[in-house]
Amino acid sequence: MSDLNTTMVNEYRSNFLKEVEANVEEGRWVKMCMQCGVCSGSCPLGPAWEHPPQEIFMMIRAGKRDEVLKSESMWMCTSCYNCIVRCPRELPITHIMHGLANYAHRLGLAPKMNPTRRFAKIFWDNIVKSGRVNEIELSLRLYFMDGFKNGVEKAWSMKDIGLGMLKARRLNPLGFVTHKGCKDTKGIHRMLKKAREIEDRRKGFAA
Amino acid sequence: MADVVATNETIVVIGGGISGMTAAVEAAETGKDVILLERAPSLGGRVSQLYKYFPKLCHPTCGMEINLRRLRGNRRIKVLTLAEVQKVTGEAGNYQVTATLHPRFVNENCTACGACAEAVTAEIDNPFDYGLSRMKAAYLPFTMAHPQRYVIDPSLIGTEEAQKAKDACRYDAIDLDMKPETVTFSAGAIIWATGWRPYDAAKIQPYGYDRYANVITSVEFERLADTRGPTGGRILRPSDGKEAKNVAFIQCAGSRDRNHLTHCSRICCMASLKQTTYMRERFGDDAQSSIYYIDIRAIDRFEDFYQKVQADSTVKFIKSKVANITEDEATGDVILHGVDTEGYHRYDNRHDLCVLAVGMEPSVDVRRIADVAVDASGFIEVNGPNGAIFGAGCAANALDVNRSVQSATASVLRAVQVVNRVAKAEG
Ligand SMILES: Cc1cc2nc3c(=O)[nH]c(=O)nc-3n(C[C@H](O)[C@H](O)[C@H](O)COP(=O)(O)OP(=O)(O)OC[C@H]3O[C@@H](n4cnc5c(N)ncnc54)[C@H](O)[C@@H]3O)c2cc1C
Ligand code: SF4
Ligand code: SF4
Repeated sequence: MSDLNTTMVNEYRSNFLKEVEANVEEGRWVKMCMQCGVCSGSCPLGPAWEHPPQEIFMMIRAGKRDEVLKSESMWMCTSCYNCIVRCPRELPITHIMHGLANYAHRLGLAPKMNPTRRFAKIFWDNIVKSGRVNEIELSLRLYFMDGFKNGVEKAWSMKDIGLGMLKARRLNPLGFVTHKGCKDTKGIHRMLKKAREIEDRRKGFAA
Repeated sequence: MADVVATNETIVVIGGGISGMTAAVEAAETGKDVILLERAPSLGGRVSQLYKYFPKLCHPTCGMEINLRRLRGNRRIKVLTLAEVQKVTGEAGNYQVTATLHPRFVNENCTACGACAEAVTAEIDNPFDYGLSRMKAAYLPFTMAHPQRYVIDPSLIGTEEAQKAKDACRYDAIDLDMKPETVTFSAGAIIWATGWRPYDAAKIQPYGYDRYANVITSVEFERLADTRGPTGGRILRPSDGKEAKNVAFIQCAGSRDRNHLTHCSRICCMASLKQTTYMRERFGDDAQSSIYYIDIRAIDRFEDFYQKVQADSTVKFIKSKVANITEDEATGDVILHGVDTEGYHRYDNRHDLCVLAVGMEPSVDVRRIADVAVDASGFIEVNGPNGAIFGAGCAANALDVNRSVQSATASVLRAVQVVNRVAKAEG
């Protein structure tokens, strides 16, 4: 576990709700949940969640820190916004789910092999490198993230879609060579670094 | 309306539901002159459309009867029906109330014999049954209507049917030349009792009220259960007329919801609890009622009622706000989807019929009529800077009948003080 995690455990001791309010995006809304259940019932991926949003909010209030932060649940959110639209208390549930996932990741508690987390990481590294997504590289990295054999199988099963995209010119097969980054890649890196500093300071992550 | 005399010592009551009727009677019994203005063709308001009243489960006509008798017996009360209040101006002790008098096309000669209704064939939606039935376009609003006088619907005017109705009347009671009138009354104080209306259920998109025949509202369910209602009291679902033995009730349909009404409508929990007793009354042990709720709010003394319903084995309570409803097209059954709060179990429950316990909102936008303070939901502020305009009953809050009547009495006490002051000043 990361040092950051130890710091947070010491700082918030038994009050996980306070910790979420202070550090998780839109976390201050958690206490407004009245446990009606509409969000959980409205999620199209609902049955795939171990703990649906309503339950996560209750677990946060019950101080179940490890169970929440190590959970795969909030990584299931696909940002469809069904829950936000229906929540009678207007909780920004989607954002809280992403906020929790992000926080768990920063603390090093997020499940290492969670596919959404891994994809997000690949995507981030890809886009940061040149300031623009290199699509062919992104797709290949994604296919081969579980090893060569697995990647070939996955690519093969998707070949029709891939060919269709090539034909429709939605995918550039020479992307490795022709990919052009942004004009001022260094500037973008400086900007991202600054943004990270500001966020860390605001959330008390700064070392 | 030359025969209506109003002065600064008159109390005008707007709305002739249970609250307005109570206020009118009580003000008059203290010796004040009262004008009671009701928009509909008869008195009684929404209570008359209920099958039974909680908590005692008596018929709404009981309470109404007593009020009507007191009202008829009091010379100080002038009742005007089809009188819709449009504007109120002035200040305490000196108000002007402007109302439109809609034509009834039937005068005082009417004996309610019903010959006109027999003569016409045209039909219109019956608002008393919330559109669940049709009725002749010459009609008595409901059996107990006061005044006992028929109405000719404006859609008949200018047609042959209107003439047929007129020719059928043996008492010369039909006057097809009546025109709308605008009248203005003076008043020292005003009791505002315009009541509530059910929240528009079609706005709750995931429940499909506007798409599925077997999703209805709680007010419609009252009509289905009523022996004088469209089905003669048989609980039949709209799609195919099948007996609805397995009924879901969804609480807070439009209430306690920032997308709809933010307030708790306060009586809908009790209304659904009451409606499960209709189910038992009809189907005995074969009844299946399921109440989907966030939490049951059976306020103070109603807790007993709640406990009785809880003890009924035909009633199930599911702690969950239903996420959405789908329809099984082959059978017309409705399927409720959601996750419950006691264990987070996912459910897809099939029912014959789903009743939305819709919220109550003010029946009119009060601020367009008068300069009065209202709360965030549009109910009149009881302690607002409102001069001598006093909210009563559901115009002031979502209330049951008992509390509506209490609030009417309270507003009378305040109104009487104002007109007494006026009387003293005028010597
Ligand atoms: C499903 C359901 C079941 C219920 N069951 C029960 C029960 O069992 N027991 C119980 O105690 N309560 C019950 N209630 C609550 C009950 O209906 C209300 O307490 C009651 O109707 C309040 O009476 P009111 O006179 O304040 O308003 P209303 O009944 O709404 O009367 C208001 C009157 O004002 C008139 N009006 C409106 N605007 C104007 C205008 N501009 N000019 C002139 N007149 C106007 C209207 O036509 C109407 O006649 C139930 C409610 C619902 C939704
Ligand atoms: S819909 Fe909103 S209030 Fe209801 S359980 Fe979900 S977050 Fe809580
Ligand atoms: S009375 Fe019950 S159903 Fe009605 S709004 Fe309040 S909690 Fe919801």
